[in-house]
Amino acid sequence: MHPFTLERPRDLSSALAFRAHAGRNDAPAEYIAGGTDMVQLLQEDVRRPERLVSLAGLLDNRIEVGPQGLRMGAAATMAEVAAHPAVVEQFPVISEALLNSASPQVRNQATMGGNLLQRTRCPYFRDVGYAACNKRAPGSGCSAIGGENRWHAVLGTSDNCIAANPSDLAVALVALDAAVEVRGPGGQRTVPLIDFHRLPGDTPHIETVLEPGEVIAAITVPANPAAQRSHYLKVRDRASFEFAVVSAAVALDMDGGRIRQARVALGGVGAKPWRVPRVEVALLGGSLDPTALRRAAALAAEGAQGRGHNDFKIELMQRAIVRAVETAGARA
Amino acid sequence: MDEPATSDGSVLTGSDMTRRELLEVAVVTGGALVGGQLMPGFIPEAAAQAAGARPAPLDLVLRVNGTEHRLTLDPRTTLLDALREHLHLTGSKKGCGLGQCGACTVLMDGKRVKSCLSLAALVEGREITTVEGLAQGDQFHPLQAAFIERDAFQCGYCTSGQIMAGVACINEGHAGSAQEIRDWMSGNLCRCGAYDHIVAAIQDAARATGATRGG
Repeated sequence: MHPFTLERPRDLSSALAFRAHAGRNDAPAEYIAGGTDMVQLLQEDVRRPERLVSLAGLLDNRIEVGPQGLRMGAAATMAEVAAHPAVVEQFPVISEALLNSASPQVRNQATMGGNLLQRTRCPYFRDVGYAACNKRAPGSGCSAIGGENRWHAVLGTSDNCIAANPSDLAVALVALDAAVEVRGPGGQRTVPLIDFHRLPGDTPHIETVLEPGEVIAAITVPANPAAQRSHYLKVRDRASFEFAVVSAAVALDMDGGRIRQARVALGGVGAKPWRVPRVEVALLGGSLDPTALRRAAALAAEGAQGRGHNDFKIELMQRAIVRAVETAGARA
Repeated sequence: MDEPATSDGSVLTGSDMTRRELLEVAVVTGGALVGGQLMPGFIPEAAAQAAGARPAPLDLVLRVNGTEHRLTLDPRTTLLDALREHLHLTGSKKGCGLGQCGACTVLMDGKRVKSCLSLAALVEGREITTVEGLAQGDQFHPLQAAFIERDAFQCGYCTSGQIMAGVACINEGHAGSAQEIRDWMSGNLCRCGAYDHIVAAIQDAARATGATRGG
């Protein structure tokens, strides 16, 4: 590990005053909360901040469900949210996404805010032995394009970076129109989760809209009748403790056998958590007939670009949507 | 083996460093370097840092197995390294150091965590339980006894992590069936492949403690 000064501020405003910058490898100061991703990256020399500012004990960890919807303090752990009775009952897609993430130990340590800020699992990003990685070292190139890219994204990529966002939670949340409460030295602002992560474009090293000194304070999910009939389908190389090859989060509001409202998002395939509005519109008013579902799911492939080893994801993600809609639709 | 010395005369313990840093220091100080192809262009800069200024140590108190310990640690010290190298509780093992193998599993406020992924300075005030704190005097914890009875290990390196995770798995109510145990124990790897026996031991202990709810 590169040497760093560890700050343990007594209150949040002191922490924000350090103006640490989340998710930027070129930032001299970074925040640490649950630490499960940060410590891995420190150990591997992928991150080398001069100063690490702890948020331990400074952020809200309450989980509240009311008529407005769900509010999760940024410090709530993955395990706490996954097991919360009202989340299990009213937002099953969130609980399922969390229970299919990481390991039981990591779920006890990792926080909601940190989950949204975890870095890609692109092996070239995580191995400093590879010089070329625009996300880690801007301007150095991309080892994954033309390299081993079975795990990489097919949607929202650029010629500078094809890394996939690894969060399962974010896929479920983006399907449900979640928003991020951001707190910084200048006050508070709310960012829709769909706008929180940035596409790589020419600047893959800038992953979110967070400015220096800003932290995630809470995540909110508006009440929605579709949330209760929701499902998270994760396709991966082993049954547990593995990142998604492809995943689909689906929430449905049914009127008898007809779909009144559909929310669909994809994981493992996008440079950021990937909502597919055209699929949602195509599902509206239809039934759960497999042919109709396949036709709607095909719209997810618009703009998808395989890079060789990951070409199969374009077909697989459509099948994942169909399966997830069928499973959610079959729920009472 | 002698501890590698830095240019400022202080001593780095191997456990506080990654393998990469150890190799780097070995290169700088002329220490033995066994195997490994090192990347050209990478060594000089990193080695200079490993041998350079160190961050100011932090004073902290760790509560482990019911006892408070005052420590002065490099801020980079993980909870696992604090337990093993500074408190000499070597039951918790370092496998990967990256949260992937589970050999370092301990309980924090009664919940299982990977001690290699926590910085020691950030878990002050938490109650840490390691495998050394599990037995009651001469009396094994039921899961420790079940591991012996079921022969649930071969080399034993993953065992203390398996037992700590298994204790939590039972307490959480996630030991209802073999399949459920496999799912909820997936954060602990066993390269000898003793999984069938580990699952059987957890089932035995869950029955013995009457904690087979859940499913």
